[in-house]
Amino acid sequence: MSGQDFLRRLPRTGFGLGRREALQQRLHVDFLLLFLLLALTVVGMSVLYSASGESMVTMRRQGTFFLIAFTAMFAVAQVPVDFMRRMAPWAYVGGVILLILVLVVGVGAKGAQRWLSIGGFRFQPSEIMKLAMPVMIAAYLSKRFLPPGLKHVFFTLLLIAIPTALIIDQPDLGTSILVAASGIVVLFFAGLRWGYIVLAVIIFTASLWPIWHFMLHDYQRQRVLTLLNPEADRLGAGWNIIQSKTAIGSGGLSGKGWLEGTQSRLDFLPEGHTDFIIAVMAEEFGLLGVLMLLGVYILVIMRGMMIALNAQDSFGRLLAASITTTFFVYVFVNMGMVSGLLPVVGVPLPLISQGGTAIVTLMAGFGILMAIATERKRVMTPQKK
Amino acid sequence: MSETQHFKDYHRETRIFWARLAVMSSVMLALLGVLVYRYHHLQIVQYQDYATQSDRNRVHIQPIPPTRGLIYDRNGILLAENRPSYTLSVVRERAGDLEETLDYLQTLVEIRATDREKFYKLMHQRRRPFEPVPLRYNLSEEELASLAVNEFRLEGVEIDAQLVRHYPQGDLFAHTVGYVGRISEAELDNFDEEEYRRYSGTHSIGKTGLERHYEDILLGEVGNQNVETNARGRVQRVLERIDPKPGGDLHLYLDVRMQQTAVAALAGRRGAVVAIEVKSGGVLAAVSVPSYDPNLFVTGISFADYRSLNESLDMPLYNRFIQGVYPPGSTIKPMIGLAGLDSGFTDVNRSISDPGFFRLPNTEWIWRDWKRGGHGGRVDLKQAISESCDTYFWDLGNRMGIDRLSEFGSHFGLGELTRIDIPNERRGVWPSREWKRGAKGQAWYPGDTINMSIGQGYVLTSPMQLAVMTATLAHRGVRIRPQMVQRANGEFLAPVIEDRFDVAEAHWDAIFDGMAEVMHGQRGTARVAGQGADYRMAGKSGTAQVVGIAQGEKYDSEALKERHRDHALFVSFAPLEDPQIAVAVIVENAEGGSSQAGPVARKMMDAFLRGKYLMPEQPEGVEEAATPVAGRLPSQPLARRVIDTGGVN
Repeated sequence: MSGQDFLRRLPRTGFGLGRREALQQRLHVDFLLLFLLLALTVVGMSVLYSASGESMVTMRRQGTFFLIAFTAMFAVAQVPVDFMRRMAPWAYVGGVILLILVLVVGVGAKGAQRWLSIGGFRFQPSEIMKLAMPVMIAAYLSKRFLPPGLKHVFFTLLLIAIPTALIIDQPDLGTSILVAASGIVVLFFAGLRWGYIVLAVIIFTASLWPIWHFMLHDYQRQRVLTLLNPEADRLGAGWNIIQSKTAIGSGGLSGKGWLEGTQSRLDFLPEGHTDFIIAVMAEEFGLLGVLMLLGVYILVIMRGMMIALNAQDSFGRLLAASITTTFFVYVFVNMGMVSGLLPVVGVPLPLISQGGTAIVTLMAGFGILMAIATERKRVMTPQKK
Repeated sequence: MSETQHFKDYHRETRIFWARLAVMSSVMLALLGVLVYRYHHLQIVQYQDYATQSDRNRVHIQPIPPTRGLIYDRNGILLAENRPSYTLSVVRERAGDLEETLDYLQTLVEIRATDREKFYKLMHQRRRPFEPVPLRYNLSEEELASLAVNEFRLEGVEIDAQLVRHYPQGDLFAHTVGYVGRISEAELDNFDEEEYRRYSGTHSIGKTGLERHYEDILLGEVGNQNVETNARGRVQRVLERIDPKPGGDLHLYLDVRMQQTAVAALAGRRGAVVAIEVKSGGVLAAVSVPSYDPNLFVTGISFADYRSLNESLDMPLYNRFIQGVYPPGSTIKPMIGLAGLDSGFTDVNRSISDPGFFRLPNTEWIWRDWKRGGHGGRVDLKQAISESCDTYFWDLGNRMGIDRLSEFGSHFGLGELTRIDIPNERRGVWPSREWKRGAKGQAWYPGDTINMSIGQGYVLTSPMQLAVMTATLAHRGVRIRPQMVQRANGEFLAPVIEDRFDVAEAHWDAIFDGMAEVMHGQRGTARVAGQGADYRMAGKSGTAQVVGIAQGEKYDSEALKERHRDHALFVSFAPLEDPQIAVAVIVENAEGGSSQAGPVARKMMDAFLRGKYLMPEQPEGVEEAATPVAGRLPSQPLARRVIDTGGVN
């Protein structure tokens, strides 16, 4: 056999790539994923155009953010995966310090304190944590024996709990859910034993009763009840839900048409361009539009999971799986809360809702996925001593 | 073999990952199924319902604002009430061309340029869609009629009866009850979700005084109703209604008659009067003159009105009894005397020789007594209080030292917030070494102690603090937090004891004795104010310098401008045997505490103990020698202007 034949029989080891794959690897870009993200961007911009009342100012702003976000994605994709793993503890510790700073010297509005202001420039440290958390947990667990032992599980939970608690304190329930989920998911994919999972569920359920009856004040209980059943509070949280359900429901199968949604155009729908944007979409494009959007999301998630499967080591695998699953959590929580299935917790619809930093963070996450996908493949021949 | 244990089992990890991925994918698929089912349910199954509802959104939710709690004085007289008033509002979303609508409305009712300006400002604030924006308040009968006749032409124009806050006592309670005003944009921005909900439908919020402090109780709980409207936005049918809960009422210690007496006794002079019920800490009267009409602020004060109030030299908006801090002067001498007795630096028998000045030992520094030539060879504590001998207290203070003075005074609440139940109180200064180091960056000098001993130098107190100090004296060491509200929402607000300290009974008696001598003694400084009473009282006058006098300079009051004249102060309590009422009075730039402020305090005590109330219109009483000081400025009538309700804009 000639050497040539040998190489051709190992198509995935980095020597016999097709031209497209070689290009992808050189640019560190996954073309399929990039195409799906661009499609979402186009959908998002057109829905936002309608939801913002055809505001060109909003469009320019959002366009700028997308530009920054895609740049961030390409930049992150160039970073070697191993470097990310080594940097993880620094990013994590830095993120926690910034979160503490937010509570001490942060600025905010409407009773929440979420931003740090440096020289007039404001940013949310919790956004950093959205990425630092899965990287940290994946870096930590990938160095241990998997499935992780009780000691490592415990330490991982501690690593998850600290930033989550700090973000809940701001208070920002939506982000804290996303951050916690991105960590817990890593634990799950690392092979957390089913026994622990069942135990955790039992402990959680059992502790609800005493917490409810002994640890909460009346007004806190009232707040939880409102969160669970917003329609009881028709002037507060309920107002949004009633209006968004009306918008969604009145869209029907095929919708009222682009720029024709009466609920959103008449300003009935608050937050129509941010967290509640799916209601605008559902009103104008109907169930078919919603299903098509869901379809694109599913493709993104499938692609992300494939990247995870093909990753070179545990770290890349766990990280890719976590980022992809968190993306799903975004979609599910947002679409669930706007349609009245879930409490309203302030999670945006990824790549569609207006909001600069969230989009940049999301795209940076996809940058990590691409870095993992295009990592130079090493020939791994398992050797036994 | 043991070495292989340290290698990770790559294949096993991969297997686990595959299994987990399968589980996670199933979960995601199931959840996606739930989402699809939900959207299908809303958009296909319930499509008809929602499509109907969305059709011009005929059914919508309106907040029903609660009625604000009422405020009564101690005898049940209304101080703050809600009056129905017809308001013309416009719903922007329904009005079509806004400019055109406004122009047309202008032909029917009077709409001033300021009304329009305010309307646009309100319209650009954050609000619910389809929420009416008020344009004109207090529509007259004729205006209502002409609007009703043209109703068919007025799309998006609404007339509703709103309850608007009214203060029947006018300027008498402006500084105590305060006022409500429109919720400002800044306040709106600071609302959290809960507050945003509570204030939906409510347009006003407590801005000052009790209205602000007790906002939570007064506001009540908002209700709401589901209404069906026609295309013009008029309510056709109420589908479902949750009633609002009205706000809680406040019952005060304040007494309208006592307030009137205080204003009458000040007779137009600038100043403040505070009267406190000794046993409860309840505030019987608190006035700051000149005052203003709080009704001006309720629906938004006009720029011109506000400017004239704000720029007046008499400062009617300034709450003199909690924000005005003045040197207390000699009014604190009884307390200093008590400190001397308690710490053993003097006793009732000790006397000094007063040459009319005090020289700080081993220095050239000299302080001159207000009485040239001094008070005689043997001045004891009782005489020192009754004749207000400065030299005695300079000597005493100098020997006690700053630390003892500072500690003792804080028992009386000097230099501390009284924590009275209205906002924006000032703390004043009761100095200590630490205070001076912090505030001035300097060490404490013995000369500072000398000034402090007679309530000058750095010392600053508000009339409210002086009243609390006097009540604490009268109550023999029990300091109760001053409180204006007796019952809130039907609940009695128990008095709060801030401090309680022990001093020998004999010492209290000695101080009471000295203060009684001020009012009833042959040489008491305020014997004129104490004349002809059928009860015994205790008092002490004070004079607060407005302009410092340099060493050796002669004090010449004639040369000073009116506004640079000394303030007259007086504190007193009565009856001596079982004190019921404590009073603090300041008359700005009136000089002579005993002659000017003393009679005011006496009238307050006469009113409370003997029912001799005065009315502001009544001419001045005759018992005092009246001492009309030439050149005193008459109070400017600006703040007392009464605006008839029809003219409020």
